[in-house]
Amino acid sequence: MQEKYDYIVIGAGVVGCIIARTLSRYEGKVLLIDKEADICMGTTAANTAIVHAGYDPLPNTLKARMNVEGNPLWDTLAGELNFPFERRGDFVVAVGEDELPALETLMGYAKKNGVPGCQILSGPEVRRREKNITPDVSGALWASTGGICDPFAVTVAAAENAVMNGVVLKLNTEFQDFIMEGDRIIGIKTNQGDFISRWVINSAGLFSDFVMHQAGVRPEFKISPRKGEYFVFDRADVQIDNVLFPVPSDKGKGVLVTTTLHGNTILGPNANIIDDKEDTSTTEAGMNEIWAEANKLVPSLTKKYVIATFAGLRPMGNGPCKTPGVDYNQDYIIEIPEEVKGFVNLGGIESPGLTSAPAIAQEVVDLLKDAGEEFKVKKDYEPIRPARPRFREMSQKDRKLLVDMDPRYGRVICRCENVTEGEIIAEIHAPIPAITYDAIKRRTWLGTGRCQGGFDTPRVVDILARELGVSPLEITKRGKGSEFLTRPTKKVEK
Amino acid sequence: MIKKKIYDVVIIGSGPGGLAAAVAAKKEGAEDVLVIERDTELGGILLQCIHNGFGLEIFNEDLPGPSYAQRYIDEAHELGVESMLDTIVLEVTPGRKLFASSTKHGFVEIDARAIVLAMGCRERTRAMIQIPGMRPAGVYTAGTAQRFTNIEGKMPGERVVILGSGDIGLIMARRLTFEGAKVERVLEILPYLSGLTRNYVQCLQDFDIPLQFEHTVKFIHGKDRVEAVEIAQVDKNWNYVKGSEETIPCDTLLLSVGLIPENELSRQAGVRIDPITGGPYVDESRETNVPGIFAAGNVVHVYDLADWVTLAGYDAGKSAAKFAMALKAKESAHIPVKAGNNVHHVVPHTINKQNLTNDEIELQLRVVRPIEERVMIEVHDGENRIARKAARYARPGEMLTLVLKERHFADVEKADSLTVDVNPR
Repeated sequence: MQEKYDYIVIGAGVVGCIIARTLSRYEGKVLLIDKEADICMGTTAANTAIVHAGYDPLPNTLKARMNVEGNPLWDTLAGELNFPFERRGDFVVAVGEDELPALETLMGYAKKNGVPGCQILSGPEVRRREKNITPDVSGALWASTGGICDPFAVTVAAAENAVMNGVVLKLNTEFQDFIMEGDRIIGIKTNQGDFISRWVINSAGLFSDFVMHQAGVRPEFKISPRKGEYFVFDRADVQIDNVLFPVPSDKGKGVLVTTTLHGNTILGPNANIIDDKEDTSTTEAGMNEIWAEANKLVPSLTKKYVIATFAGLRPMGNGPCKTPGVDYNQDYIIEIPEEVKGFVNLGGIESPGLTSAPAIAQEVVDLLKDAGEEFKVKKDYEPIRPARPRFREMSQKDRKLLVDMDPRYGRVICRCENVTEGEIIAEIHAPIPAITYDAIKRRTWLGTGRCQGGFDTPRVVDILARELGVSPLEITKRGKGSEFLTRPTKKVEK
Repeated sequence: MIKKKIYDVVIIGSGPGGLAAAVAAKKEGAEDVLVIERDTELGGILLQCIHNGFGLEIFNEDLPGPSYAQRYIDEAHELGVESMLDTIVLEVTPGRKLFASSTKHGFVEIDARAIVLAMGCRERTRAMIQIPGMRPAGVYTAGTAQRFTNIEGKMPGERVVILGSGDIGLIMARRLTFEGAKVERVLEILPYLSGLTRNYVQCLQDFDIPLQFEHTVKFIHGKDRVEAVEIAQVDKNWNYVKGSEETIPCDTLLLSVGLIPENELSRQAGVRIDPITGGPYVDESRETNVPGIFAAGNVVHVYDLADWVTLAGYDAGKSAAKFAMALKAKESAHIPVKAGNNVHHVVPHTINKQNLTNDEIELQLRVVRPIEERVMIEVHDGENRIARKAARYARPGEMLTLVLKERHFADVEKADSLTVDVNPR
């Protein structure tokens, strides 16, 4: 008996998860699939974690509209899903007189795109607000609605709320092809079998071109993976609390000096187009490039306090902008194509994709409504996803109360980030169980500190094995093939 | 279970430095000595160092790490050192209060008259030396691999490249070879060995494991698990020598690229850190800039022999005990003055016995309830009256006083505490 759904969402990144969560508000059966062992393993896993104000995208593009519509939705989203989000504002920093005109251009975009709260600041004013900035600063665009979030937390919370509201999530499930009936899609083939559905939504990110090509849509569309590399600093030693963009170039928004909600200063990303959609390696050339760029904004940085480096891939598309007279070929695709029925097609959702995600989800619902779908709100829809305790963020007094209630929160497993056994166990048994090391890391922030998991890894392997009732040899970093251990050591003869 | 809220000496960490400090503190006369250890047994990293080479300096014997630790653990137990295991210290304040937590003991607050920081060090990671490439499973610091192998009894990999010629890396090259893994290569970016020559001879030479100086890892391959590393020779400025690249297939990369004193707790306590060593500035008694907080061992600077850490631990423990005892003597010189019957509060709160030779001492107090008749203000030590004074009435709005004079001082000196009552006559 084949499973039948009303909607199948392909890809559990932030866009797919927020779409699934939005659909879960209404009656209908939703299936969310991802080829990886956890949600949030692609583009959403490695980006700059910024909720953009909307002054950057070219006016009159879909990208600009999604950005500006998406940004104000974040407060409600954060409130309902209980993930940390902060409107810290951001600066686009001009260095030298030559870069000042670029600020005016962005200010013009901001006005056309309808971005509130933007202002041009003088060089001395920027220096007053951020003491680490280069003395050569000539001015900045200040956008008060810029925000920072933790993309993992957002995506996990959205997916969890979707599952709470009845969405079926299938991991390790890779889309292979569509099942067609004439010009209508009636389901998908995966490595885990076939699934029938009235609608299929393509939010496959880096692989969205493959998915749409299988449907016979936009054969000319191509995703070019654009690699972005990053440095992360120890928060004990480097504290730059502002979000600092350089002026943008043809390669994008440029290398930022910014901060995470966890308090770590980060540098990145560069933007280099590569061929391999799986190649998330950091490169020596790339790291040097970022370092040089970041030093233009903040000259006092030192590599001594770098605690991590990583790279992510953005799905750069070649979709033309639909607005007449706008010459732009990297616009978002969000459409119900005419040539096949039962298909919602998304493509090229690169930055500001994270910011746009809630607006994209709403756009998908609107398109489906236009296509004649009725959306009836479920009687038992629960928009609130409860947060779980985070020991590291608590006062000593609150920690005591928590440990009194459940002593497992008293055992610290990650010494740098103060993540406890109680938190790990809660994630292993959450609505979306975290069953790999990286899954636990992304949810709890364990292993992200200065020792980079050196202390916690053996302990987490142990806890995972115990809670899942398997051998430690089966515990993986990121899914099958990434086992930590190979075999037991020799037995000692007594 | 934790029995006391105030300890003479609290030691954070039970490696060679912490154990020695505990033993020395006890021997120096500290009564209540507590060791807090985050692992489930005392001994720290010594427990995973199952190779020999420990004790040559102190015992003139060649012991494995756990045996070396056991000598101090036994001695600490005999001396009555208390311990809290599987417990992590979350914060140390400059006022020597500790917040710690564990599943067994819950969340606890402990006051210490003196503290010895003995948290040891942590290993430098891949990120700190910024090796480019993928981020698969199979990249471990040598110490983490050592824990997997020797404590958990599981192999971290089968075909191994080791970057760095630090002692743990050399030791692990031999250890994994014993277990049937193939150690393909040890690479050292410097033109000389980072670890001890004896470890090079006994761990690499004896097992024909090749060591290459002025070589490093240029790239890590493999999406899920390490598949290979690309290595290269470097010149004096650590630039890759063109054409020297070589790809070594392997499933594991171990890093033995240096140790860093672990001082996050120290910093919270206001301890000044030397940017060169990464450890606290200490004086010859091993005291930091924060009075009563001492530090010893790898938390101060990285040692190459555990024996030397032990010796440093002795110094710190002894100094901490002296500090704690002096503080205790000062504390016991103070007699608390308590508010008794119908007394709201008394100032001063304590009387320092050492000052009893001086002039008279005026006690100032307020009553809780008014008494509109003649009252008696009385000072007693719980059994015997020491001084008294009459008044026409007692009203909360009007402060009362009583003066202790030289003739009272002999009784005051014998008292454990003084209590002031205000009763109707």
